[in-house]
Formats: sequence, structure tokens, C-alpha cells
Amino acid sequence: MIVRISGEDQYRLADSDADKLKELEDAVAAVVESGREDGFDEAYGALLDFVRASGTPIADDEIETSDHILGPPDLTFHEASTEFTGEGLIPD
Amino acid sequence: MAGLTGRMSTVVKAKVSKLLDRAEDPAETLDYSYQKQVEQLQNVKKGIADVVTAKKRLQMQESSLQQSVVKLDTQARQAVAANQEDLARTALERKNVAQTELQSLDTQVGELEEQQQKLTDSEQKLRAKIESFRTKKEVIKAQYSAAEAQVRISEAATGVGEQMADVGLAMQRAVDKTENMRARADAVQELEAAGTFDDLTALGTGEDDIDKQLKELSSKPAVDDELAKMKGEIGAGDAATAGQIPSQSQTPSEGQQT
Repeated sequence: MIVRISGEDQYRLADSDADKLKELEDAVAAVVESGREDGFDEAYGALLDFVRASGTPIADDEIETSDHILGPPDLTFHEASTEFTGEGLIPD
Repeated sequence: MAGLTGRMSTVVKAKVSKLLDRAEDPAETLDYSYQKQVEQLQNVKKGIADVVTAKKRLQMQESSLQQSVVKLDTQARQAVAANQEDLARTALERKNVAQTELQSLDTQVGELEEQQQKLTDSEQKLRAKIESFRTKKEVIKAQYSAAEAQVRISEAATGVGEQMADVGLAMQRAVDKTENMRARADAVQELEAAGTFDDLTALGTGEDDIDKQLKELSSKPAVDDELAKMKGEIGAGDAATAGQIPSQSQTPSEGQQT
């Protein structure tokens, strides 16, 4: 399973990590949906740290499509919120 | 983060499939994709150049503000020595504003530096992937049947397309940040243009709008403290030098050394 952290790197993770990844993603989503801004950095940081710690970075010249694309490390609570309400981060 | 994950993947796939639809023959698709990738890389370079330009502009503003701080400090000392407390206070208020702006500029320059570094890294990654795509496309052209080539091209192009979308996102964020900073930098420039940090002695004594705004902006206690300190230093130096420019380093020394 390949996971990208936007603006950082792509990581190859074992398929068995999928459950934990989903759990951490859900935790971030829950924080954002509940509007608890103060819990965001911690939850989002935990998600990114898990990907960095469990995965190995993909070489620059290796061409892979990601199974999951996460936001950039400096993603703000506000950006995450607009993402969930549909406005989105991706430029056209 | 299902929302983010889902949307980004969808956008990338839509963009890549649009690209692949343009050409019918796989070999043509390959060359077309590659050509588009190289074009995109040029845009990334332009984006980095914009960030560097913005950073340089802020650095220039920083050095001009630094000069203003030194000048205003000297003027405040002159005013204290000449017993012109109002003038000294005005100079210190302005110095205070200039220093606050300096700190903010410093943070912004640091942020831009970081953005520049990130974009440069992304550009290198993208370049490596495009180079790898170039090699791969020749292999695909030579070794695979049209049908299979189409599948492999699609895979490779999606992979490179994803990297591009990622660089695009990083650029967009950098541009947004730069624009916010530009707005603030323009505001400082307006203050400068209005003479806020200019030679105080040329302004005369009358209080103008700028002075009123500055008083609101600068934190009073800080100005009071500094004024008191300056008076102490200059008083301890020598009353006889009043009206002249006291040297910053020597002034307090006489009364303190034993």
C-alpha cells in the first residue's frame, strides 16, 4: 500500500498497516467534524508520524500511484475543515 | 481524512485521463504526456522564482527598516539630551513600530525560505520522475503490444500526474502565503512612503494623523520604559553634552564604573 504525504514523500506501507491507518484517519476526521481545533495538531501529527515510522520512502525515480493521499504536514485546522465541507485544497 | 484522500485521487485521475484521451496511438500518448510533463516542470521553476523574488523584496524592506530603527534611536537620544521629551517619545514610538514590523518581516522571510526549500525538493522529485518516465516510455514503445502499452502508459502517467498535482498544491499554498505577505509588505511601504520612519527633525513638531496612529500601534509601556532608561543613561553621562549627539556606548559608563 502506497501512502503520500502531500509536499513530502510517498511511503510504502505493509497492507497490514491499513487498519491502523484508517483508525488514525478516522480520529482526525472526528476531531475536524467536532470542531475541536485544539485536538487537531495532535491527531493529524499522529497520523503522519505513523506513516513516516511504518513506511519506507519511495525512491524519487520510482513511479507509483498512491492508494492514499494525505494533506501536507502544515495543514491547518481551517484547511482541513474546508476540505471536509467540499471547498478543497487541490488547485485546478 | 477520507475527504482529502478521495478528492485528491479523483482530481489526479481525472486530469491524467483527460491527458491520455488526447492521443489515440500509444506512442503518441507517451510523447504527448512527456511533453506536457516537461512543460509543467517549467511552471514549477517559475513558481520557485516568484517565491525567491518575494523573499528578496521582504529582505530589502528589512534592511531599510533596520536603518530606520538605528536612525530613530539616535534621534530619540538626541531629543532626550536636548530635553525635548515629546520629540523623544515620538521617535521611540516610531522605533517601536519599526521594530515590531521587523520581527514580523523576519518571521515571513523564514516562512518563505521554508516554502522555497519545499518547492525545490518537490521540483527535484518531479524531475526525477519525469526522467524516469522518459526512459520507461522508450521501453514501453519497444516492448509492448498497443493494448498493453496503453495500460502501462496510463499507470506511469498517473504516477507522474500525481507528483505534478502534489507540486501544484505546494505551489498554490506558497502563492497564497506570498500574497498575504505582499499585502502586509505593501502596508509597511505605505507607512514608509508617508514619512513614518523618516527624519523626525524634518517633520516639525505638530502632531499629525500618523502620530496618532502610531501611538495606538506602539505599546505605551515599552516606550515609557525605554524613554526612562534613555533618560537615565544620558543623565548619568553628562548634562553638559545636552543638545549634542551622545554616543550610545560611552554614555552610561562614567557613572557606573568604580
